[in-house]
Amino acid sequence: MSSEPTVVSVEGLRKRYRLGQLEPYRALRDVLAGALAAPARLLRRDASGPQAREVVWALDGVSFELGQGEVLGLIGANGAGKSTLLKVLSRITAPTEGRVVIRGRVGSLLEVGTGFHPELTGRENIYLNGAILGMRKTEIDRRFDEIVEFSGIARFLDTPVKRFSSGMQVRLAFSVAAHLEPEILLVDEVLAVGDAEFQRKCLGKMHDVTRQGRTVIFVSHNLAAVRSLCSRALLLDKGRLLFDGDTDGAIERYLGRGGGREAAVVEGERLEERVAKRRLYGSEPLFRCTRIAVLDEEGLPTSSFRSDEEIRVAVDYTVLRRVPSFRILVTLTDGNQVPVLRTETIDEVEGPVTLDPGSYRSEVVIPRGLFGDAQLDLNVSLIAEVNQVIDYAGVVMLDVHFAGHGSNTRGKAYLRPQLPWQTRAAAPSAADQPGVERA
Amino acid sequence: MAAAAESRVTVIQPPRGWGSINLRELWEFREILYFLVWRDVKIRYKQTAIGAAWVLLQPLLTATIFTVVFGRFAGLPSGGVPYAVMVYAGLLPWFVFANALTFSTRSIVENQALVTKVYVPRLFLPLVAVLAGLVDFLIGGVFLVGLMAWYGIVPPLQALTLPLFVLFLVVTAVAVTLWLSALNVRYRDVQYTVPFLTQAWLFATPVAYSALVFPESVRTWIGLNPMAGVVQGFRWALLGDEAGGVGAQVLLSAAIVLVLLVGGIAYFRRVERSFADVV
Repeated sequence: MSSEPTVVSVEGLRKRYRLGQLEPYRALRDVLAGALAAPARLLRRDASGPQAREVVWALDGVSFELGQGEVLGLIGANGAGKSTLLKVLSRITAPTEGRVVIRGRVGSLLEVGTGFHPELTGRENIYLNGAILGMRKTEIDRRFDEIVEFSGIARFLDTPVKRFSSGMQVRLAFSVAAHLEPEILLVDEVLAVGDAEFQRKCLGKMHDVTRQGRTVIFVSHNLAAVRSLCSRALLLDKGRLLFDGDTDGAIERYLGRGGGREAAVVEGERLEERVAKRRLYGSEPLFRCTRIAVLDEEGLPTSSFRSDEEIRVAVDYTVLRRVPSFRILVTLTDGNQVPVLRTETIDEVEGPVTLDPGSYRSEVVIPRGLFGDAQLDLNVSLIAEVNQVIDYAGVVMLDVHFAGHGSNTRGKAYLRPQLPWQTRAAAPSAADQPGVERA
Repeated sequence: MAAAAESRVTVIQPPRGWGSINLRELWEFREILYFLVWRDVKIRYKQTAIGAAWVLLQPLLTATIFTVVFGRFAGLPSGGVPYAVMVYAGLLPWFVFANALTFSTRSIVENQALVTKVYVPRLFLPLVAVLAGLVDFLIGGVFLVGLMAWYGIVPPLQALTLPLFVLFLVVTAVAVTLWLSALNVRYRDVQYTVPFLTQAWLFATPVAYSALVFPESVRTWIGLNPMAGVVQGFRWALLGDEAGGVGAQVLLSAAIVLVLLVGGIAYFRRVERSFADVV
């Protein structure tokens, strides 16, 4: 992929987890109980074997090469294996099969502030954290003033970190991390912490790092950040490498595939888990919701959309007894539960909607070209005036990526519609300037 | 960055068989070892109200109790030295060992972030807890010197070998805690058994009493308990050898420690691979 010398080479990497290993730990008594149960297990040894079911391949045959100075993004749904890949590359966990060769000093940043101790002062923590991240003492000495200045906590340098606000702690921790100078930097989702301003600062620093010609592997759910930082991206799905190429292509493929297809259809138990409020005046339920789904234009379930695509929300429900006045309310909220969009089944009808017993599906189309880059939660309420209400909260998280209008790709806003603009000279003194019109 | 100058090649492969120790890697990461020990020492003295005083008070009170109970009431022999000095000379290494058991056993579980979020050689974690305890040892050692001066005891020439026995103590503590800390990751009950283990081990070791209480025919075999060899070695270096046979005891203990250490490293390196997945 690059004419530069290869610095990271990954060949047929596989990582297996036994499901039992995902449990935090075992107590001796469990082991003893297991030993007692073992004879029983031998008796009902099934043909398929327990092995096949208890094993998960977090990485399943991943191979790629990375040239010096390349900035690589790793994208994929939760559980795709992104973090596992970083952990193997940072030697935190060992692979089950395959081989990795890395040339150069590796710095991994899977968390900000690893090893911070609340009893130690800011100064002490800078040294401790720096060392843990792989900096030499002389290196920390040399960059100490820079680190302090970047963090903006110079006044509290000799105060125990436990007296810091959480914001100050994060700032200090990031300042240390930002001054790491490895040849190969592995970064996992660290930009997801802190407030918006902090995130901007982090992104700015990441831009600097990538411009210095350092080799970077960057994991993030923030596709906009991946797009702006990385020239190349890998798309992982269930431990497999689906795509290796330019970032836009990888993101396109990720969204096209309908990242989180399973997550876009919620029914049964998973639907029950999302009940935020259930009010049943009267004796028996009048209706039952069976399924809520988010679909694309072709009716395929997905939770990731480009802003130039329609979003359909379909609610399936069964009416058990005649309901005199029924409506469904769909609300999209942002991360702070602030409603961004709301729509109701009765918005266009006059008078109450009466439903007879039977199965129904109500579907709404949210038009294209409405949103910018936005992550929105889908909330659905089914309401039978005035008796019964069921609220489902956070049913599906929608990931919308701004597709751009023409050459404009700045999309960080909930709403980013294409609206008509007019620009013309306003003051008389400028009257002779030609007016510009744009639609 | 001087990329070419420092071009180091790391190969990551599935581990096979029993792990061996990678000394070159440990050396590369030595600064982290230093910083972690420094952190543990700072925290230990910062969090307590009277700080260093505890380090003296604990063995002092224990030594007093043992002297009264075993020396006075039970009238056990002490081989010509004051009972209190004999007990304290044994308690000094013992407390380092007991603290190592307590802190090292939990070290991997408690430093979870260091295991799951960065790569530091995991062998360091139990080692750090042992080394941090040596500061206590230094403070307690100064007190022992004072105590010996008070009783007018001049240490024999072999006191010069004391550093060797300190090393022996550290290696013994590391050998045992490699096993315990690694086992504790998988079976969290191990840390709860440590207080009982420590107590039983204390009474099985000639700390509160002299090795003279054993008949001469079996005295060599107390060396099967590695801490017996350490304690006997300390007493020999500081107070001389009234009873005789210390050499054999120490050699036997050293052999046991070697077996524990080699096995401990192999076991630790083997299970270390799954620490990040299990902790």
